[in-house]
Amino acid sequence: MTAITALDRPNSYIGRSVPRPNAKRLLAGRGRYVTDIVLPRMLHGAYVRSPYAHARIVAINADEARAAPGVRLVAIGEDLAKLCTPWVGTMDHFKGMKSPPQLPLPIDKVVWAGQAVVAVVADTRALAEDAAELVAIEFDELPAVVDIDAARGPDAPVISPELGSNLCFHGKIDTGGVEDVFAGAAHVVEEEFLFGRHTAVTMEPRAIIADYDASEPKLTVHHATQTPYQFQDIYARHYGIPEACVRVIAPDIGGSFGMKLHMYHEDMAVVGLSIMLERPVKYVADRMESFVSDIHARDHRVRARMAADADGNILAMDVEDVTGIGAFSAYPRTSVVEGNQVYRLMGAPYTFKNYRADLQVVFQNKVQMSQYRAVGHPVACTVTERLVDMIAAKTSRDVFDIRSGNLIPDDAYPCASPTGYKFESLSHHACLAKIRALMDYDGLRAEQAALRKQGIHRGIGIASFVEITNPSPAFYGVGGVRISSQDGAIIKITPSGDVRCLISITELGQGTETIVGQIVAEHLGVDRERIKVITGDTETTPHGGATYACRGAGIGGETALQAAKKLKANVLAVAAAILQDEPDRLDMEAGWIVDAASRQQRIELAEIARIAYFRSDTLPPGTQSQLSVAHHYAPEGYPFAFTNGVQACHLELDVETGFVKLLKMWVVEDCGRVINPLLVDEQIRGGVVQGLGAAFFEECTYGDSGQLTNGSLAD
Amino acid sequence: MSDLVDVSLIVNGSEVSHRVPARTTLADFLRQTLELTGTHTGCEMGVCGACLVVLDGQVVHACLSFAVQASGSAVETVEGLTERAVIADLQEAFHQRNALQCGFCTPGMLMTAYSLLSQPGVPSREDIRDALSGNYCRCTGYEAIVDAIETTARNRAAGGDAAAREEIDA
Repeated sequence: MTAITALDRPNSYIGRSVPRPNAKRLLAGRGRYVTDIVLPRMLHGAYVRSPYAHARIVAINADEARAAPGVRLVAIGEDLAKLCTPWVGTMDHFKGMKSPPQLPLPIDKVVWAGQAVVAVVADTRALAEDAAELVAIEFDELPAVVDIDAARGPDAPVISPELGSNLCFHGKIDTGGVEDVFAGAAHVVEEEFLFGRHTAVTMEPRAIIADYDASEPKLTVHHATQTPYQFQDIYARHYGIPEACVRVIAPDIGGSFGMKLHMYHEDMAVVGLSIMLERPVKYVADRMESFVSDIHARDHRVRARMAADADGNILAMDVEDVTGIGAFSAYPRTSVVEGNQVYRLMGAPYTFKNYRADLQVVFQNKVQMSQYRAVGHPVACTVTERLVDMIAAKTSRDVFDIRSGNLIPDDAYPCASPTGYKFESLSHHACLAKIRALMDYDGLRAEQAALRKQGIHRGIGIASFVEITNPSPAFYGVGGVRISSQDGAIIKITPSGDVRCLISITELGQGTETIVGQIVAEHLGVDRERIKVITGDTETTPHGGATYACRGAGIGGETALQAAKKLKANVLAVAAAILQDEPDRLDMEAGWIVDAASRQQRIELAEIARIAYFRSDTLPPGTQSQLSVAHHYAPEGYPFAFTNGVQACHLELDVETGFVKLLKMWVVEDCGRVINPLLVDEQIRGGVVQGLGAAFFEECTYGDSGQLTNGSLAD
Repeated sequence: MSDLVDVSLIVNGSEVSHRVPARTTLADFLRQTLELTGTHTGCEMGVCGACLVVLDGQVVHACLSFAVQASGSAVETVEGLTERAVIADLQEAFHQRNALQCGFCTPGMLMTAYSLLSQPGVPSREDIRDALSGNYCRCTGYEAIVDAIETTARNRAAGGDAAAREEIDA
């Protein structure tokens, strides 16, 4: 441990496993989540929800609720529709996609069991819930559209008759030649795959406090979300408030996983309730409400075929995916993105060129479906890798061998998938070789064979994958959706020579503030302890995409890096004026301006700041110190930064009981330059375990009438 | 529904007296009345473990008891354990090992770990996992949490042994 490494330079933070400075606060119980926040004169909202999956609202009687103790307001759909313009969750580049307009609360019908219908605002949450029980809603139940096949049948009731059918989107990809390849292939494998509904189950449920002050006007929203800028835009546009007067604050967030990216009806309603009352209104979903109102994900039925030659070389894939998304497409990211990523990621790691796929995105009377962690990847990966293993079995090839024969060669980049994705540089073979050694594959196979003779059944599985990250404007921007692909940072030197970095990517516990601090410290030449990173407030940070699709380090990190370089140039310009030297002969290190060649300390950064802020009179005439910089960065060129990896699993099956015991998981992921190995490892570990939950234990199950049958943590 | 009751108890070493609605849970009493927001509510049905507190020496779900039931008792929350510095080593191990991400489950995890490590002996990883079976974490995958608790347990055992040896030497 005594050898000097590249990490032993001063301020060499990139590549180091440093702990998160902001985690200490959470460990001391001093986190500040939206659920913890109390504002003066704050009221509490509760909702009356639909017991039916599909019904007309005939009448609402809220007289008794309005008279209940502590009740300040009971609002129905018409009340909020007067304030809030409707929203439609479509994106232009999904040709032919349709979705009905949505309002905070419905006016004439409900379309899923659990949909909020009436809002009650009272002095406490308990009083609001008491009054909510006094609201009488008369429903006329309609036939529920639940099953994805029945939804598309000729006699199916149409949930939104104005759309003509229950089909939200129908996509096709066809490179041509697929029928001929299948007809002439030595081997064809096919299977049907069912993927149940999953949901994020963040430990902190959705939470929001809207505070409207008509006198300025000013809307302040404390919102447990990943993307405060997106919601600033939405609240401003749909409630007609100037964007500059809307502030969205995302403080500590108790888990998100993509779930807190989406517009929820209750949350939009809370803004309107605050406008009506001119007081802060808080709403926190309880766990039962979370299950019936947080987005769900997956819900795909995939029928897929794969063709291979006699040696097991994959020739083509033919895929049909039907996915149920609820009664409308989610806003603003839509509910087609997942299906789109499923049918475009199919077979992505492999060289074959002939591909045909049909994607049908179907409306049904269930809660809305949209992006949740790993959007589409588990579905595409499961289908592809299962079919590859079936080809391996047909051709008696080993699972590693069949992959190394079919994966895109590491020197073949740049190249494109038959589904249209452009890959800049991937490393499937390097990853495959690494995991084989890591897991001692040959040893495990020998052990497996030996144990099988004793009646012990062990399984070894591997899966290669391609991951979509860092979307460019080619995705949401070009699709007409106001979600930024760029990020912005402001970095300032304080008069004491400390550094504040205000950046648009957000902290969800994954370590955003830590890695931004590492990057700024390294590139500015300042100790990490002197850098304060600030996130999650549209009032102080520049507009940006924030955190989704693995873009925090890739885009936000690059933004911080470029901003730090820009600020350093400004600092060195002032330093050069003071030292009567040339800026390019100077550098920064550990909070000092040093001689670039000899590394000798010349003047402390704090002294530069003192002179610049308090004694500018001593600077040469015309010197205007710029010790704050604002900088934006957006990715250019490739629409996405694709990455790749491979996972391996070792488990034991009890053939008597069917119980599976997981013995070990291995992951090799090519995530580029690692800024903080500790945080990367823990992020991957957490992702794998959440994926194991989905694979083994989790599913949101529905009955025939569209009722969620296991909507609590005890089911 | 809103009958008020007097509640007097010792919270983090200080006597507190309040008149609250009888249906106020201990979790809401701590979070809302006393503004001790380190205790979290994740499910409000005694499953997730985010609301765990120490009640008369036992770790209990604050969401499953009414504040009035705790009257006359002594309650300690993550704020109290932090102030007394009795979990400082545990918190440091969690920090170094990055055994938390969003941090919402963390106070409950610390309560379980505090209770486990108050028992005699050094728990095995299996013991630690067993103790954590009532604490949900959605971010970390638990491994780092088990590591941090194991590290603390071993360090305490080693420290205890060292102290014992010093006594013998003296």
